[in-house]
Amino acid sequence: MAQFSPNRYKGKLIVVEGIDGSGKSTQLALLSQWLRSKDVAVAFSEWNSSELVRGTTRRAKKKQMFTPTTFSLIHATDFADRMERYLLPMLKAGAIVCADRYAYTAFARDVARGVSRRWVRNLYRFAMKPSLAFYFRVPLDVALNRILGGRAALKYYEAGMDLGLSSDIEESFRLFQSRILDEYEAMAKEVGFHIIDATQSIEAQQRQMRKIVLQQMGNSLKNGVLHVPQRGEYGPKSTARVL
Amino acid sequence: MARRAPLEFYDEPLPGVDCSELQGKLIAIEGPDSVGRSTQVAQLRFWLEQQGHAVIDTGMARSELTKKGIQQAKQGHTLGPTTMTLFYTTDFADRLENEVIPALRAGFVVLTDRYIFSIMARAIARGQDRKWIEQVAGIALVPHRIYYLRAEIDDLIARVVVGRGAFEYWESGMDIPIGRDRYDSFVRYQGRVIKALDEMAEPYNFTRIDASKPPDQIFRQLQKSIGRIIGVKNTTDAGEVLTF
Repeated sequence: MAQFSPNRYKGKLIVVEGIDGSGKSTQLALLSQWLRSKDVAVAFSEWNSSELVRGTTRRAKKKQMFTPTTFSLIHATDFADRMERYLLPMLKAGAIVCADRYAYTAFARDVARGVSRRWVRNLYRFAMKPSLAFYFRVPLDVALNRILGGRAALKYYEAGMDLGLSSDIEESFRLFQSRILDEYEAMAKEVGFHIIDATQSIEAQQRQMRKIVLQQMGNSLKNGVLHVPQRGEYGPKSTARVL
Repeated sequence: MARRAPLEFYDEPLPGVDCSELQGKLIAIEGPDSVGRSTQVAQLRFWLEQQGHAVIDTGMARSELTKKGIQQAKQGHTLGPTTMTLFYTTDFADRLENEVIPALRAGFVVLTDRYIFSIMARAIARGQDRKWIEQVAGIALVPHRIYYLRAEIDDLIARVVVGRGAFEYWESGMDIPIGRDRYDSFVRYQGRVIKALDEMAEPYNFTRIDASKPPDQIFRQLQKSIGRIIGVKNTTDAGEVLTF
């Protein structure tokens, strides 16, 4: 069972999860644009994007230095840095923080790599509990077609090549993603995901997302969270820094 | 913390490690900053190699994976407490998997200058959850012996003033709002670290060593105890056999 720290702040945390190619980033971008258009202060943070840790991760990936455990720990370090430096202050300030992937990504990916479920759930106990967590459910084949069709080269760790599942990188990616998908599905109930059928049209998914946001936090959107001051009063309308 | 045999995992077996393959000896030297650990480790290594034992020594923030990153992060004074704890744990795990475990498989004596307990004590001194870090650090192997160089705060202050001549930023816990200046902060922060280590002494079965004694006396005490663990019968005998 995942135990996160309760969010005692004005701000709200919305996260999206799903395997590569599930379309979650597209949906989150549309959602944040919509929120911004309502003058809500929106902040955004992406998995594996801490500047503090970036150099270490990049070098280690290039030299293929990671084991499942150190891979898990460096991503937790990255997450902690973003949490302490960015997410927490933004939530305190009252922003709506949109996170593209969250601790659940580690629960799925690290476990698919062989790290223990219990250990990785404890590892992220310092994470703030999201107000809303969306899971974009998509059959493996659909996601693979989106990914393998659209991009040139798969990367070593992304394809789970470190696990030695197959010497063929595409086959390895398939097998690895299928394990990750199993982990997402297994945790869906435990963590209370709002499940979006990601085979629907982009528009239908977005409508569903916005509806859930309004249902779950409509009142806070009106009064609770931070709003961008009227234009002209404090300079141009701006959103929080992108990490 | 349940008592476990040496070279078993405390709480969480690492994927791909069969503990029954581990042949060597794992000796940890713990204690607060400036207490004289490194001097002892260097001397112990020399002595053990004289006795014909293959030795590796390892210590915090020395891993190939994170050495550079931790150094840079510390310079910037931008490490949050959770980030710091996890960065150091990543460093620990990298050395455990890539240095310590292979060396133990090959029958080496592994001397580790600090182990998980410093990471845990620093985390606790910064107000982090004890159970959380205990479980995170549960991937560590149980050492054959953990020597805790125990010092009083006044002793540490003297060592810092005379030795280094300055209270270092992180060793003074300057990243947490704790004192008006580096001295105040050092006293409070190191006091918390010592308290946290003291509290681990019993559950983790530390062997306490009074660090206020002269270094050569401490060394003899360590020699005697380690000799028993790795089967050096008599510290003078063993050297005599093959003298020329």
